[in-house]
Amino acid sequence: MAEPAPLSYEGVAAVAPVSVPYERYSSKSAHWWLLKALRGLTEAARIRPDQIDGLAVSSFSLHPDTAVGFAQHAGLELRWLEQIPSGGASGPMALTRAARAVQAGDAGIVACIAGDTNHIHSFRRMTAGFSRFSLDAAYPYGAGGPNAYFALLTAHYMRRFGATREDFGHIAVCQRQNALSYPFALMKSPLSLEQYLGARAIAEPLALFDCVMPCSGGEGFLVMREDVADGLDLGGARILAAIERHNAFADDPIQFRGGWARDRESFWHRAGVSPEDIDFLQTYDDYPVISMMQIEDLGFCRKGEAAEFVRCRDLTNSGQFPHNTTGGQLSTGQAGAAGGYLGLVDAIRQLTGASLGRQVPEARTAVVSGFGIVNFDRGVCASAVALSGCGG
Amino acid sequence: MDDLLSRLAGRLAEGSIEIVDLTHALEPDFPVMVLPPEFGQCARFRIEEVSCYDERGPAWKWNNFSCGEHTGTHFDAPNHWISGKNAPNGSVDTVPLGSMIAPACVIDCSAEAERDEDYVMDVCKIREFERENGRIRPGSWVLMRTDWSKRSGADYINLREDGAHSPGPAAEAVRFLVAERDIVGLGTETVGTDAGQAAHADPPYPAHFHLHGAGKCGLQCLANLDRLPATGSVVVAAPLKIRNGTGSPLRALALKAKTGADS
Amino acid sequence: MTDPLPPPPKRNPQRKTRSALAPPSARTRLGIRLAALASAGRLELQRCESCREFAYPPREACPICLDDDLEWTRISGGGELIAATVVHASADPYFRDRAPWRIGTVRLAEGPRILAHLHGDCETGDRVRARLHLDKSGQAVFFALPESDTENMGDDRQLREMTNDPKHRRVLITDARTPVGAAIAEALADAGCRAIFAGVSELWRRDEQLDRISAQPIVEPVPLDLTDTESVRECAAEYGGKVDILIHTADYLRPGGLVDRRGIAMAKEEFETNVFGFMRLAQSFGPPMRARGSDGIDSASAWVNAISVRALSSWPAFGSHSACHAALLSMAQCLRGEFAGSGVRVVNVFSGPLETDWHDSLPPPKVAPARLARDLIAGLRRGVEDIYVGDVARDIASRWRDDPKVLERELTTGEEIDG
Repeated sequence: MAEPAPLSYEGVAAVAPVSVPYERYSSKSAHWWLLKALRGLTEAARIRPDQIDGLAVSSFSLHPDTAVGFAQHAGLELRWLEQIPSGGASGPMALTRAARAVQAGDAGIVACIAGDTNHIHSFRRMTAGFSRFSLDAAYPYGAGGPNAYFALLTAHYMRRFGATREDFGHIAVCQRQNALSYPFALMKSPLSLEQYLGARAIAEPLALFDCVMPCSGGEGFLVMREDVADGLDLGGARILAAIERHNAFADDPIQFRGGWARDRESFWHRAGVSPEDIDFLQTYDDYPVISMMQIEDLGFCRKGEAAEFVRCRDLTNSGQFPHNTTGGQLSTGQAGAAGGYLGLVDAIRQLTGASLGRQVPEARTAVVSGFGIVNFDRGVCASAVALSGCGG
Repeated sequence: MDDLLSRLAGRLAEGSIEIVDLTHALEPDFPVMVLPPEFGQCARFRIEEVSCYDERGPAWKWNNFSCGEHTGTHFDAPNHWISGKNAPNGSVDTVPLGSMIAPACVIDCSAEAERDEDYVMDVCKIREFERENGRIRPGSWVLMRTDWSKRSGADYINLREDGAHSPGPAAEAVRFLVAERDIVGLGTETVGTDAGQAAHADPPYPAHFHLHGAGKCGLQCLANLDRLPATGSVVVAAPLKIRNGTGSPLRALALKAKTGADS
Repeated sequence: MTDPLPPPPKRNPQRKTRSALAPPSARTRLGIRLAALASAGRLELQRCESCREFAYPPREACPICLDDDLEWTRISGGGELIAATVVHASADPYFRDRAPWRIGTVRLAEGPRILAHLHGDCETGDRVRARLHLDKSGQAVFFALPESDTENMGDDRQLREMTNDPKHRRVLITDARTPVGAAIAEALADAGCRAIFAGVSELWRRDEQLDRISAQPIVEPVPLDLTDTESVRECAAEYGGKVDILIHTADYLRPGGLVDRRGIAMAKEEFETNVFGFMRLAQSFGPPMRARGSDGIDSASAWVNAISVRALSSWPAFGSHSACHAALLSMAQCLRGEFAGSGVRVVNVFSGPLETDWHDSLPPPKVAPARLARDLIAGLRRGVEDIYVGDVARDIASRWRDDPKVLERELTTGEEIDG
């Protein structure tokens, strides 16, 4: 039985993109970073906090609070409250959930925020107690974080599809180029392919520049009806299509594809555009191999051909296939759950011509995808949205 | 009498009466009697620290120790042996005090024991002693010197597959000392008053059998007998007053007049 | 093949002893089940009773049909290594200290995928054998070995972290005068040990057996009397820092239960050796061993107790001895807790009646001390925590696992009639 086509996201806009400048380590709490983002949203939209009646929060370091405690901490009175725990997939997921709430009239203005603090030992502690499966079957094997699991995926991917270190390096090098113009990127110096290839090994075949650097940061945007946005004189992005898929291909012995592949056709069909129409792509780049999987599974090329695809393309903001316009997490830093928002927030900026770094020329249509939660041996959550600019 | 005691006190004070320690230190390694393993065993001396100026007792140090009644240099009361189980005043708490301080006759068997580790002191040897030193007076401790106390460890128990090999008195000799000389007891340097092979004597363990059957006492694991004169010393050997006890570790001492050679 | 492990060099006196580190130990309750399997050298995964599919990591219901009737089921461990990595950088101090470290993804023949520590002789694409091992935290991990044994397999650096191979290690036997102690000393001399300290009380008392084991060049008789606190303390002061494996063999064994024994003098002797002696050992040898759990390839590795299987349930004919050993088992569990995180494993070797003097009136089967020694060494090499030697021990243990109360009735009111 064919599933009914989902409703469109017509009439809803994501506006007021806010990034709280990242820091490697912070002595502040996650709440501070999230509140900073929230404050940034009210300033960007020129609204009072009490005009926000919906909230979606993503954070790994909110403990012992949940979204509820945070809402009280923020002093918000809400009629719609959501906590999205899907890490790197949370940006598109927050957007679509908020859009549905706005469409249904359950909320008027939804603040979508994500942020984490990074204390000296935060990352290690977070990974140590990440999940039941991780406790029993992954963390004891010594990686002290996801590097080793992604090393295994990468090794398998290289073996199976012939991708090389140089191909991954090309992604990292182009992203670093993008980061050099993005003011909040923590990586400030250029990266050459030689440097990439010569970097110290972390977990073979991964080396230093394949791995993201945990940091503190916050990201956010507002979701509201387009007419409300117009009334506030806010430009933004509208959703052409959205997908999410969790725990897809659970029988694959090792991950070489993600949930996007399940919904690729309906995604493009609903979006009304094709991959060739996309002006830039934001993938979730915790490791370059994951970006390659997204390029394939979203249909920019066939399975196993992403290496070839990237090899012959300039992936910088001024190239023919702009990819990860802020430099991605590889060059900006991975601010916990905010990493799942980074590409989306900058996509809204790029689509409204308000980029903080190098503007992608004539950026009208973009795809942002997310990938999150290595619960055991693979990322479980996949999400993607196709966006186009609106208003402003 | 008072005069005698004060003279003794004076001699002790000036050092012309010497006190000889006949006792081995109580320590975990000191051997005890070895019996077949299915029998109950004499507990070795053990010591456990209770506190040592620490959190268990900040300003003081003390130990708990445990041992058998027959551990280390010790006293055997008559009730130690079945032959003496009904002896009057046969337990350490009732043994007449006179048994605890008495003159000593030290019979030197060290040469014989050196030649023969199973040496058994017979009546002839006692008569030979008496020829040289006079008749053993009633109420004396007879101490059999073998220099065995100079041995230690394996040599002390001297255990072989056929049992222990160490000197001791002959059955006849003990009977003689008890019946003919009315001693208060017999002291030895070995782990028992009996010889190592005394299980094969008739009766088995004749020293224990005859001494205790006659209400006499024993002293074992004595040391420094070579420092005592054949006669003329006084043994001071008071066991702990253990209710119905059969023996007790003790500090055995002897008083002797100081001679030029010893000074 | 693995390069044979060279003997460790003499210790550099200027080098700090590495802190005892352990890999991550937190597990869920289901995950701890894996440790129970690993401790016995067994390998099981959950299998759905409805759809017969295996599941891993441990879970509360079948991911296919959601039936919560998951039965732990023995599996072969056979599988294929589908990806491997060498971890050079880890945030975890234990692995950081041991980098580089190889792990991989194994697809088990039964279906599930596992992460596993890798033996050096396993390469991507190889058929491998997965086993559950206890790691230095005392928790279970998968370890993938070559499908068939390779040369010097036990010398693999990563595998050796999981096992207690006596090769190149120094061993203290707490009572080499017991038949078991002597048999272990003789067997260890052939197992590549570097030194065997043979604890002997009243060392001056010689016997043929003691002379025989002392004649082995690597056996050094040392004075050790478990009933004497000072003796234990002195032995630990001299040898405690060199003991990589302690094998507790001291045992005071006499027949008899409670009612028919006259007085408790004998029981005191039994408890003095079997219970208080163990406490003395723990206090004197525990601290130096616990501090050396990460001290290189000859680090402190294991504390082994020879325990009567009657520790599990009293055998009235030897009831007092059973009580001692029940206490010993309880103390061994306590010691495990106190050693947690040190990397030193507490191993219990359970046996039924031994072929020794005090069991001379019992009918067979009885365990020859040499058999116990052999199984003990095999268990150390395999890295298990509980070793059951001989038919009686295995029988009692299996009945105990089945139903401790039924076993108690059988042992106390007479054995059941066969059939």
